Amino acid sequence: MMKGIKKWRLFSLLTALMVFLSGCGEEHLSTLTPAGQVGRDQLDLMVLSTAIMVLVIIVVMIVYVLAIVKFRRSKVGENVIPKQVEGSHKLELIWTIVPIILLLILTVPTVVSTYKLADVSGMDTVDAKGNKTAVTVNVKANLYWWEFEYPDLGIVTAQELVVPTQEKVYFNLKAADVKHSFWIPAAGGKLDTNVDNLNKFYLTFDNPSESLQDGVFYGKCAELCGPSHALMDFKVKSLDRDDFDAWVADMKASKEETPEGDVAQQGQEIFNTSCIACHAVSGAGSTGGVGPNLATFGDRNRVAGFMEHTPENIKAWISNPEKHKPGNLMPEPKEINNGKDFTDQELTALTEYLMGLSVEE
Amino acid sequence: MSSIAQKKGFGATLWDYLTTVDHKKIAILYLITGGFFFIVGGIEAMLIRIQLAQPDNDFVSAGMFNQIITMHGTTMIFLAAMPLLLGFMNAVMPLQIGARDVAFPFLNSLGFWLFFFGGVFLNLSWFMGGAPDAGWTSYASLSLASPGHGIDFYALGLFISGFGTLIGGINFLVTIINMRAPGMTYMRMPLFTWTTFVASALILFAFPPLTVGIVFMIVDRMFGGNFFDHTMGGNTIIWEHLFWIFGHPEVYILILPAFGIFSEIFPTFARKRLFGYSAMVFATVLIGFLGFMVWAHHMFTVGMGPTANAIFAVATMAIAVPTGVKIFNWLLTMWGGSIVFTTPMLYAVGFIPSFVAGGVTGVMQAAAPLDYQLHDSYFIVAHFHYVIVGGVVLGLLAGLHFYWPLMFNTMLNEKLGKITFWLFFIGFHLTFFIQHFLGLLGMPRRVFTYVADQGWDSYNMISSIGAIFMAAGVIVLVVNIIMTIVKNEKVGRDPWGDGRTLEWALPQPVPFYNFKQTPLVRGLDTFWIEKQEGNKEGMTYAEPVGDIHMPNNSFVPVVISFGLFVASFGALYNGEKSWAVPVIILGLGITFASMIHRSLKDDHGYHVHKEDLLDDKGGKH
Ligand SMILES: [Cu+2]
Ligand SMILES: [Cu+2]
Repeated sequence: MMKGIKKWRLFSLLTALMVFLSGCGEEHLSTLTPAGQVGRDQLDLMVLSTAIMVLVIIVVMIVYVLAIVKFRRSKVGENVIPKQVEGSHKLELIWTIVPIILLLILTVPTVVSTYKLADVSGMDTVDAKGNKTAVTVNVKANLYWWEFEYPDLGIVTAQELVVPTQEKVYFNLKAADVKHSFWIPAAGGKLDTNVDNLNKFYLTFDNPSESLQDGVFYGKCAELCGPSHALMDFKVKSLDRDDFDAWVADMKASKEETPEGDVAQQGQEIFNTSCIACHAVSGAGSTGGVGPNLATFGDRNRVAGFMEHTPENIKAWISNPEKHKPGNLMPEPKEINNGKDFTDQELTALTEYLMGLSVEE
Repeated sequence: MSSIAQKKGFGATLWDYLTTVDHKKIAILYLITGGFFFIVGGIEAMLIRIQLAQPDNDFVSAGMFNQIITMHGTTMIFLAAMPLLLGFMNAVMPLQIGARDVAFPFLNSLGFWLFFFGGVFLNLSWFMGGAPDAGWTSYASLSLASPGHGIDFYALGLFISGFGTLIGGINFLVTIINMRAPGMTYMRMPLFTWTTFVASALILFAFPPLTVGIVFMIVDRMFGGNFFDHTMGGNTIIWEHLFWIFGHPEVYILILPAFGIFSEIFPTFARKRLFGYSAMVFATVLIGFLGFMVWAHHMFTVGMGPTANAIFAVATMAIAVPTGVKIFNWLLTMWGGSIVFTTPMLYAVGFIPSFVAGGVTGVMQAAAPLDYQLHDSYFIVAHFHYVIVGGVVLGLLAGLHFYWPLMFNTMLNEKLGKITFWLFFIGFHLTFFIQHFLGLLGMPRRVFTYVADQGWDSYNMISSIGAIFMAAGVIVLVVNIIMTIVKNEKVGRDPWGDGRTLEWALPQPVPFYNFKQTPLVRGLDTFWIEKQEGNKEGMTYAEPVGDIHMPNNSFVPVVISFGLFVASFGALYNGEKSWAVPVIILGLGITFASMIHRSLKDDHGYHVHKEDLLDDKGGKH
């Protein structure tokens, strides 16, 4: 009776654990909730391999449990000398051949999908007018921020990647300083950004990211790149093709404008003396910024890639970048502001100005 | 030197261990040093889990965290797991094959001291400006960019200790090839000797690529050599290849001897011959061979292209076959046996499901496109801890309990041993099982912190709680060891009652010359055969009692290693401090002078005389 209760308790505990584990995580971040075909292919492979492996585990566990239950010395008898069996060719053949067959089943989709996911020939397809049909993004990984250049569209942005849905989006990946790795878990597996060479691959997004918790997918740096590796996040906004085209047009049109309001105008002045050497504020252009392009700063989801997008955090970040992202290359205020820290008033002005940088109306 | 037993003071004992060339004592040195580094690596692991228990934690800083993870991995692999395995190889293998020592006792000692000084040097980085911080893989672009001297400590420390390991591997190979007792054919060698043999061969071929990589790294950092500087025509990916050409076989260097330990434990405590012995041997060799063909599975996301990825994916999956063969053979060894759950057997039984779990996730990662998701996420952290902890560490703990009476003539407390097992086993699964899911939920590895509410918070907490269980298990083990040493209850020959192989046939304590007469091996599990035939001595002899030629102790290995240790400090500060070059010259001078001394001075060893051997005291030292 007691034993029965104990068993039942254990069972309910296990069930609770299973339910707990069966959650697939956050839709904007989990590999278990793929956002497009690439992620789905990889999840399919995971399901197939898991199924095969669970089969193996079940067989092993049956033999295992039977063996340690049936043949314990207390059951067999203290002084029994078991028969010294040498082996069995038949059994050995079975457990050699069956795994080979199981692995072959896994090998075929593995190889097929390896080639499929590496096919970037669509990158160079052109329409009748000679324009590229697909969107290609040049990703440059820096300590600790991401630059996204759209070479065929003549625009560049940072920290927040914008992609069209329902089509293959191609990526050229490269690192500017040390090796990083470009990973959008919900969209598909990662590819390293090496310092030596350009890596190419593609991802797909089914739906606009609008409906997600923060309206964006989460991207991560997946290769140890220094102290702030953990904070090298970026965000991905997927838009329907029409919205994407509109965004591109806005980006192209964005240029340095005089902001509205005195505070913001003062902020612009400070920016133009202290910050502009590294940060561009126009989305039209190409790669090459020392620091992240800020044309879309007001539209962004995060400050410095990971902090909540609030005026307090912008001020905190500007006044002490090293504290928030150890090892990052943004200068301390003293180095860019004539040896002085920014005053509260200056920080407020800068924040006001930065929040106004937007291409989305 | 006489063979008459005498009580020695502490100083004399210390001197004895500093100069010993006896494989049994060197084994103890490996065990103590490896055990110490295991604790150090364990403390580092606890710091990691404390930092990650909660989101946005600031228990340690970002830079410090990277040092801790780097040193945790490096210490556990190079300074704990490998030396502990080399310790067991030293303690057991020569006895298993009926040899009086390893082929090169002097080199055996040199190997240990090189490892010792390399390990100490590496850990001194903590007190001398900061430890290495580019991960245990030390990928080139990051390690070249790393400020301070951490990476130099890594490269120089591993350079020295790697030599020690290489020397050890060569020594074991020669020993097994040349020094087996009459009748000990290859197909009668116990599985632990076989796995030592294959692991040594892997060391022989795997360590040179690492050494090459490390030398490139040292030259790059010391002299601006540009091997890995892509702006000067170098290439960082070469480091990754060199590292993993070493790194993957390294996994088998660790796991095969653990397999060997389990292959001794299952037959002993199931009272049944190892099922499918020849298949086991073949699987071991095949794993060792295939182990060199799969390194690039660590680099699927580097951008090698689909053909290379596909080839390495298929080759990697192939390794699952011989590994599966082993699992089933162990199961069938238990099947029809008479199983008794001693502490070593508990570890062996706990190992099977743990390692199977680690193996199947390995197959999942072999599927290259799936690995694009899993690579460098917490999934891989879970996977390799299932293999290394669930396989190697469980093997080490099993071996520690199993071979303790062989090495010390006392027995670790079974009750405490079982408590350790359960704490460690539960803690291990609690810590690492959930990390698979963290990876699938998008958590990258090697992150010093994480923002809250990404779906990872509770899983990380559970993982950290598991680590506490593991730590508690290790603490109980330490208590157990201390108690056993204090009590010092002698257990005598064949303490487990069902020993099957030659090492258990020896009288306890094992005489310093091991075998008074070289044994004649009449089959697999030779001790078991003799016992079954009622031979009280446990051995048939291949020769009459005669003089035994023994090597003299030597302090030279310590001096050679110490010279390199000194030179490393010079290399570290080269171009920075004026004393650097003189110190390099001084250190290398010490090393070369002691090597010349060793080469020019004849040392013929000494003989243990027949009369002393026949006199009963001959058995004691
Ligand atoms: Cu990074
Ligand atoms: Cu590997």
